[in-house]
Amino acid sequence: MIKFEEVSKTYPGGQQALSKVDFHVEQGEMAFLTGHSGAGKSTLLKLISLMERPNVGRVLINGHDLGKVKRKQVAYIRRDIGMIFQSHQLLMGKSVFDNVALPLIIEGHTRKTIFKRVDAALEMVGLRDKTKSLPITLSGGEQQRVGIARAVVNRPPLLLADEPTGNLDPKLSMEIIRLFEDFNSAGVSVFIATHDLGLIARMKYRTLTLKGGRMITDGLSQQGGWS
Amino acid sequence: MSLLFKGRQQASSHKVSVMQRFFMFFADHFRQGINSLGELYRVPFASLMTIGVLGFSITLPSTLYIMVENTEQVTEQWQQASEISLFLRSDVNDTQAQQLIGRLSSWNEINSVEFVSSQQGLEEFQRLSGLGEALDYLDENPFPPVVLVIPTSKHASPKAAADLLDKLRKEREVDIGKLDIEWLERLYGLLSIAKELVYLLATLLFFAVVLIIGNTIRLNILSKRDEILVMKLVGATDAFIQRPFLYTGFWFGLLGGLMAWVTVTFILIWIGWSLDAFMQQYQIQLDITGLNIQALVFMLLLSVFLGLLGSFLSVQKHVDEIEPK
Repeated sequence: MIKFEEVSKTYPGGQQALSKVDFHVEQGEMAFLTGHSGAGKSTLLKLISLMERPNVGRVLINGHDLGKVKRKQVAYIRRDIGMIFQSHQLLMGKSVFDNVALPLIIEGHTRKTIFKRVDAALEMVGLRDKTKSLPITLSGGEQQRVGIARAVVNRPPLLLADEPTGNLDPKLSMEIIRLFEDFNSAGVSVFIATHDLGLIARMKYRTLTLKGGRMITDGLSQQGGWS
Repeated sequence: MSLLFKGRQQASSHKVSVMQRFFMFFADHFRQGINSLGELYRVPFASLMTIGVLGFSITLPSTLYIMVENTEQVTEQWQQASEISLFLRSDVNDTQAQQLIGRLSSWNEINSVEFVSSQQGLEEFQRLSGLGEALDYLDENPFPPVVLVIPTSKHASPKAAADLLDKLRKEREVDIGKLDIEWLERLYGLLSIAKELVYLLATLLFFAVVLIIGNTIRLNILSKRDEILVMKLVGATDAFIQRPFLYTGFWFGLLGGLMAWVTVTFILIWIGWSLDAFMQQYQIQLDITGLNIQALVFMLLLSVFLGLLGSFLSVQKHVDEIEPK
């Protein structure tokens, strides 16, 4: 599903964010990406979502080389990837419904489909009663779930999450992870970047560890694998 | 269409009939258009300022243009009344002059002919100029006999009258021929310069309008930076993000154009009042024209075009620049 081949990324100014990263997340797999702040987690996710391009190497999604994607096609690529952000990235002036409906409106769905799908997505994350609320009136956990509903509303085959539990307490974090597990069991590939080692330790998922831009471990989670 | 996953169901691959999609397209645009208008309504003061700039920028050249056009019409009225003065050679006596008049009367370009003998010319000059005593010192009458020729209305246009003048100059008795619309031709020349200036002014103002709209839209885009970032993250194309701003430009244009039309109407009515009094002294009938539906449509089209152009240039540049990092 996600394949990195000898990928290196150096930012203008010489800061090397990734060097020769090589891994493959299979279709239908759920995997974690971990490492200290500045280890290159965000850069790696940005390469998948085409916010950045690698200097060397290839990034492939479902066998398609992202290096061949033209600027005009980026928007269409992003519609295939559900993205969840630590900072939620919600439109604070719009209702929960409008936020979740955004990807569908962009794709040009009919009103009927939009209502049906937004309803289903909010049901999944347990926020059906908050449809008309503004995100600003919701708690951090609820906002994150709005973000997740938006990411899955157009049923993408791949979910990317950047520190989705960043500001949440362990109980809420676990709820969020359970949500991802639900999507994963429905066949969606899930790739989660987090520095919450405690959270990973409680589960047996494949964990990729970055340190200083290099992939140092790739395997089942081991406690303190990179510390 | 999904680029990465073949066969993935998305809106465009759904079974939506052509009719339905056609209808959805217009419904979407209509909704976005109304939304943009609503955005303008939410910041009435800022919107009015931009609309005002656009409106006044179109008002000024429009008013000037209409004034120049109308002045041209007035001068055309005057040209219709043109007459040709033929100064005869001083050795031509009254009998010869009468023969000339007889010949000219039969020309079908000529409506009427009037003879002013040198004696009559002298008397008229003495009466009107107040320099009569000065003339007493002259040995002889300096005034040549004059024949005033009024061409038929068909031959009263500047070109035809000039042709007629050439023909008259070839007459044996004629010394100098003069068309009394030459000063009008000079006015005509001035008017065409004025017209050029109006065009120049209009071009400059329209440039300014495009820049002002462009800048206003730029500020709108920047104030929605966060929203645009989110939209790009969830896969919105540039075209989708640009559309509401283009609609904003459209509304600026339409409302600015309406404002310009209303303003021009008021200005012309107001000028019309003072002109009426002035024109009555010269017994000239002047109805200011230019406030018809055609003018309205033209002004609206022009101003919508300027609004769209300004916003188009702005979105092309600035929506592009906002990229999630």
